[in-house]
Amino acid sequence: MHAESVLRETLVTGGKTVHDVSHDISRQVEGAPTRLWWMAFGVSLAFLTYGAYCCGYMLWNGIGVWGLNKTVGWAWDITNFVWWVGIGHAGTLISAILLLFRQRWRMSINRAAEAMTIFAVICALSFPAFHMGRLWLGFYWALPLPNAFGSLWVNFNSPLLWDVFAISTYFSVSLLFWYMGLIPDFAVIRDRAVRAGATTRANIYNALSFGWDGAAKTWSRYESVALILAGLSTPLVLSVHTIVSMDFATSVVPGWHTTIFPPYFVAGAIFSGFAMVLTLLLITRKVFHLEDYITIYHVELMNIVIIITGSIVGIAYITEFFIAWYGQVPAEQYAFINRATGPYWWAYWSMMTCNVISPQLFWFKRLRTNLVATFVISIIVNIGMWFERFVIIVTSLHRDYLPSSWTMFHPTMYDIGEYLFTFGIFFTAFLLFAKFFPVINMAEVKSIVKATSEKKKSTTGAH
Amino acid sequence: MTAAKENFLVGIFDDEDVLLEAVGNIRDKGVKIKEVYSPFPVHGLDEELGYTRSRLPIAAFLFGMTGTILALSTQIWMLGFDWPMIIGGKNNYSIPPFIPVTFEFTVLLSAFGMVITFLIVSDMKPYKWPRQYDIRSTDDKHVMAIDLGANKTSKEEIRAILKENGATEVNEKSF
Repeated sequence: MHAESVLRETLVTGGKTVHDVSHDISRQVEGAPTRLWWMAFGVSLAFLTYGAYCCGYMLWNGIGVWGLNKTVGWAWDITNFVWWVGIGHAGTLISAILLLFRQRWRMSINRAAEAMTIFAVICALSFPAFHMGRLWLGFYWALPLPNAFGSLWVNFNSPLLWDVFAISTYFSVSLLFWYMGLIPDFAVIRDRAVRAGATTRANIYNALSFGWDGAAKTWSRYESVALILAGLSTPLVLSVHTIVSMDFATSVVPGWHTTIFPPYFVAGAIFSGFAMVLTLLLITRKVFHLEDYITIYHVELMNIVIIITGSIVGIAYITEFFIAWYGQVPAEQYAFINRATGPYWWAYWSMMTCNVISPQLFWFKRLRTNLVATFVISIIVNIGMWFERFVIIVTSLHRDYLPSSWTMFHPTMYDIGEYLFTFGIFFTAFLLFAKFFPVINMAEVKSIVKATSEKKKSTTGAH
Repeated sequence: MTAAKENFLVGIFDDEDVLLEAVGNIRDKGVKIKEVYSPFPVHGLDEELGYTRSRLPIAAFLFGMTGTILALSTQIWMLGFDWPMIIGGKNNYSIPPFIPVTFEFTVLLSAFGMVITFLIVSDMKPYKWPRQYDIRSTDDKHVMAIDLGANKTSKEEIRAILKENGATEVNEKSF
């Protein structure tokens, strides 16, 4: 029997019934897109087209069109890569880790967050792929395929190769997990199409749902698959950003060569990911009228995660500074003093303001339950997290061991263009997802409607 | 299937708690339930129906172990024996740097292996339409299918039992 504490906040408001859930979520898939959707889609396509031009130009002429130089050999490409991968982490945290912890508030937000994960990882993957210069040879270089040089295998000791495996596994498994969640919901849309007489739509969504029947036996197997996938995704997501951080931590560059990187990067990833989830969901909720499913309570809980991870990131920044002083390695000390007071001081202080100070505002309940404040801070956090990666990468590299090679990094329009390209991919994909796929996990929300909807609570009173 | 028609009695339930109790009561009366179709997972329903726990986690484990062994042995063979290279004066191979790739490959095989096994054992394919006893079973109704051919109890009796146990509708369906 369902027993729910009356003290617990309701997760679905507006007295929704199970049928209302099907109707409210499927409606967007069935109807024509709104004018707002078309406008957003047009803007995304414009970004995508301009970005595609920049990428094409870069592929034709080589990565010399970027602003990289001999000293700063890694800049926006890897900054953007780490930024996008980090954003992806929130989706898996919500769907896998919160599932293991039996947090029911994940149910309204996991679908969109996982979609965000998948699109963010695609964006991230484009950067190392383009940085290889010859995109079409990427597979050949990055995977242990037999070749005519011996075979000369890839170097399994390199964190860059670990990254190839980590990111591609992360992408595949996240896609699988997301798709598994979509299967029962596709069947809902299929059956609504059958009832409405839309044969084509019914056939398409039946194929997408793999002929889902909803039998108790299937549900039982399905639940054990979901649990194991969550169990596998949890260490996977932690491993991914750990390995990303090892791209830096295993080097001997001052400012990168630190053992704190893995936990610091994972916390930063979840921090930026939750910020992006909030940015996207606050818009989705408004555009699709999902206020009863994604409530202020959901927003508040996500803001609490932002305070926690933001504080961990803040502590990591201070620890790095402390260890640089305590370690008494002059090069390391210089790297950190240079970050805060050197020519890139503005990037460092933008990072500190956006990532350390702004999330602390959420200690005020009025701010963390305020949608405008949440939206603004979520964007500030994402700007801050981009600067974090920029600071780590560029400020460590631009002061080389030889003062004669000291230089600055200036992005060209192709650096910027490729960044815009990934925004184009991300928002185009997200808008298509929001139009054709149910943005909220109907099956999961239906399972909590009875226990948490306000109507039930008022009719049954205190249990 | 071109064999004789199968006849079913289909009980519709609105509430999962009523359904859970009904399943137990109906089975106690000796009526065999073919299957129950729900819009969302009802916890405890599989036990009430007498299903054993899914063995899919075992499949996941076996696929995972395959991944571990395959990844580890491939890396050792490639860098240690097939084309040994001296990188930074270190051993041709040592286990710790091979762990990340081994872990990722374990997760990859385990996840995909389990999901593919799930699709096979549940007989799910993109081009297959499921047998639908009541189309509302993906919306908001719990649908209990009782195969009349497999039960000795008469149709009318089963109908009465279903009604007694809270079915809001009882329909007949043939395939």
